[in-house]
Amino acid sequence: MSGMQHSTYTPKSGIGRWVDARMPLPRLMYDSFVAYPVPRNLNYAYTFGGILSLMLVLQILTGVVLAMHYAANSDLAFNSVEGIMRDVNNGWLLRYMHSTGASFFFIAVYIHMFRGLYYGSYKAPRELLWILGCIIYLLMMATAFMGYVLPWGQMSFWGATVITGFFSAIPLVGDWIQQLLIGGFAVGNPTLNRFFSLHYLLPFMIAGVVVLHIWALHVAGQTNPTGIEVKSKTDTVPFSPHATVKDGFAMIVFLFIFAYFIFYIPNFLGHADNFVEANPLKTPSEIVPEWYFLPFYAILRAITFNIGPINSKLGGVLVMFGSIVLLFIVPWLDTSKIRSAVYRPWYKLFFWIFIADVVMLGWVGAKPPEGIYPMLALLGAIWYYAHFLIILPVLGLIETPRRMPNSITEAVLEKNGGSAHPAGAAAAPQTKG
Amino acid sequence: MSAHEAADETVDGNRRDFLYIATGMVGVVGAASVAWPFIDQMQPDASTLALAQVEVDVSSVQKGASLTVKWRGKPVVIRYRTDKELEEGKTVKLSDLKDPIARNANLPSDAPATDANRTVPKREAWLVMVEVCTHLGCIPLGEQGEFGGWFCPCHGSQYDTAGRIRKGPAPENMAIPKYEFTSETVVRVG
Repeated sequence: MSGMQHSTYTPKSGIGRWVDARMPLPRLMYDSFVAYPVPRNLNYAYTFGGILSLMLVLQILTGVVLAMHYAANSDLAFNSVEGIMRDVNNGWLLRYMHSTGASFFFIAVYIHMFRGLYYGSYKAPRELLWILGCIIYLLMMATAFMGYVLPWGQMSFWGATVITGFFSAIPLVGDWIQQLLIGGFAVGNPTLNRFFSLHYLLPFMIAGVVVLHIWALHVAGQTNPTGIEVKSKTDTVPFSPHATVKDGFAMIVFLFIFAYFIFYIPNFLGHADNFVEANPLKTPSEIVPEWYFLPFYAILRAITFNIGPINSKLGGVLVMFGSIVLLFIVPWLDTSKIRSAVYRPWYKLFFWIFIADVVMLGWVGAKPPEGIYPMLALLGAIWYYAHFLIILPVLGLIETPRRMPNSITEAVLEKNGGSAHPAGAAAAPQTKG
Repeated sequence: MSAHEAADETVDGNRRDFLYIATGMVGVVGAASVAWPFIDQMQPDASTLALAQVEVDVSSVQKGASLTVKWRGKPVVIRYRTDKELEEGKTVKLSDLKDPIARNANLPSDAPATDANRTVPKREAWLVMVEVCTHLGCIPLGEQGEFGGWFCPCHGSQYDTAGRIRKGPAPENMAIPKYEFTSETVVRVG
């Protein structure tokens, strides 16, 4: 779309023309964020890309400042974080912005991903756009995990032990890889040092992939709730002021909720055990990861039995990583030619069942691995896999889609009652303006 | 003149090919040898490796009590097992075990996981074991779980009184480190 589009930027001042002839960055910005055409029917589910960019900037900003007061040493780390909370001017606020910010980053990314799944945003020609998003998500998980280790509380330490333990499941080289990751035979000071270094590095790598993600987005153009490609000029509106205002409004509402958490319930999404300093000789009575990892944690714990030559440990780790790998290949698993769930009655139903399944897995992941919970985790994991490997491919072949409008404009007019007759809709945009 | 030019071109072509291959090969070898220090620095350093042996005085440990020491950053439990625990450990059939191998560094690597093979000769009541769950490295809680041994709170693995995995996601029995009783009351681990 815009990749092919002719630039309409005309520098007004002499300096503008001078810069434009040498390094046309203002032109790129103008074409990408001012004149860039977006579908006219975008809803608020489409504002989370902007919100995520804002959260990334906020996390980098607060993180750089926190690093000025933090000591990455296993003897000092816990107390330096307490020092940030009590002694550093406004340190409590900056730290809560950063820790709560991580959670809100994930809230936003999950809404963003589920929106993509609901509206079929991953389908051709946006497969690479989707895969770049999956890479960002993986980098986010690595960053969040290493960041959670830095306060050196009990959950930090044992979370690091469990997650680096995943790698010891790999046959033959697993123990070597695990020792390479933690720099010893158990999590310790070398682990903390390297995690701090990488926690500082990864956000900038995320920023790099975000640039590629937006680039890919601007080549293919945005999807929209109908899933119909943009066909004419009446299907779109310019990014500014339409998308800027909508994104801005959504950001402010999001930040209000974010601020409520920071100021009133900053530890609501955390864990009490992380207020106890790391003790390598004592595992807390239950270990749970941060809430955003709980569904995957439940899937990991679902495998308590050997599967042929694969033992239960390797099996759990494979099934857990596999659940993320599935996301990467979604564009090829979904066989339906219709993008949006709006016109796919069965997919819409299974989408919401899938959401319920993931929420249930998250709930089970927070529970102790006893009683009915391992069984629920197993059933949830089976459904998770079935959704991607059976339901997505089969639905596309057998589902009868609902009647689709001919264009975005027609869909908008139908919704607003502008035209009852689809036949007349093609002419409607001109008369309605 | 034209013959001369043609000869020059041939010579140049050979030189370019040679330079191309030689540069490429030296570049690859160079990149690989520079990459190694970057990987190697992540391995356990000399100070970590230096903590290889600890000696523990166990004279104060009564029957049914245990002592935990830190070895290579990990806890090692030294437990003076009760007669009941010893009996329970001995009556288990090998076919009931999830992991039938002893995992005892003092024995050959394929020794079966009998109760005696989880200890050293003449000290069968003493269990010296790396108290780290073989699933993902949590520290199981002692004297708990369905088998009266260890229960891992992280992912629910259950071990018996000889530290053998009986139920849950852990794949192996907990590891027995190399150790010996250097006297009646002193154990050297490592």
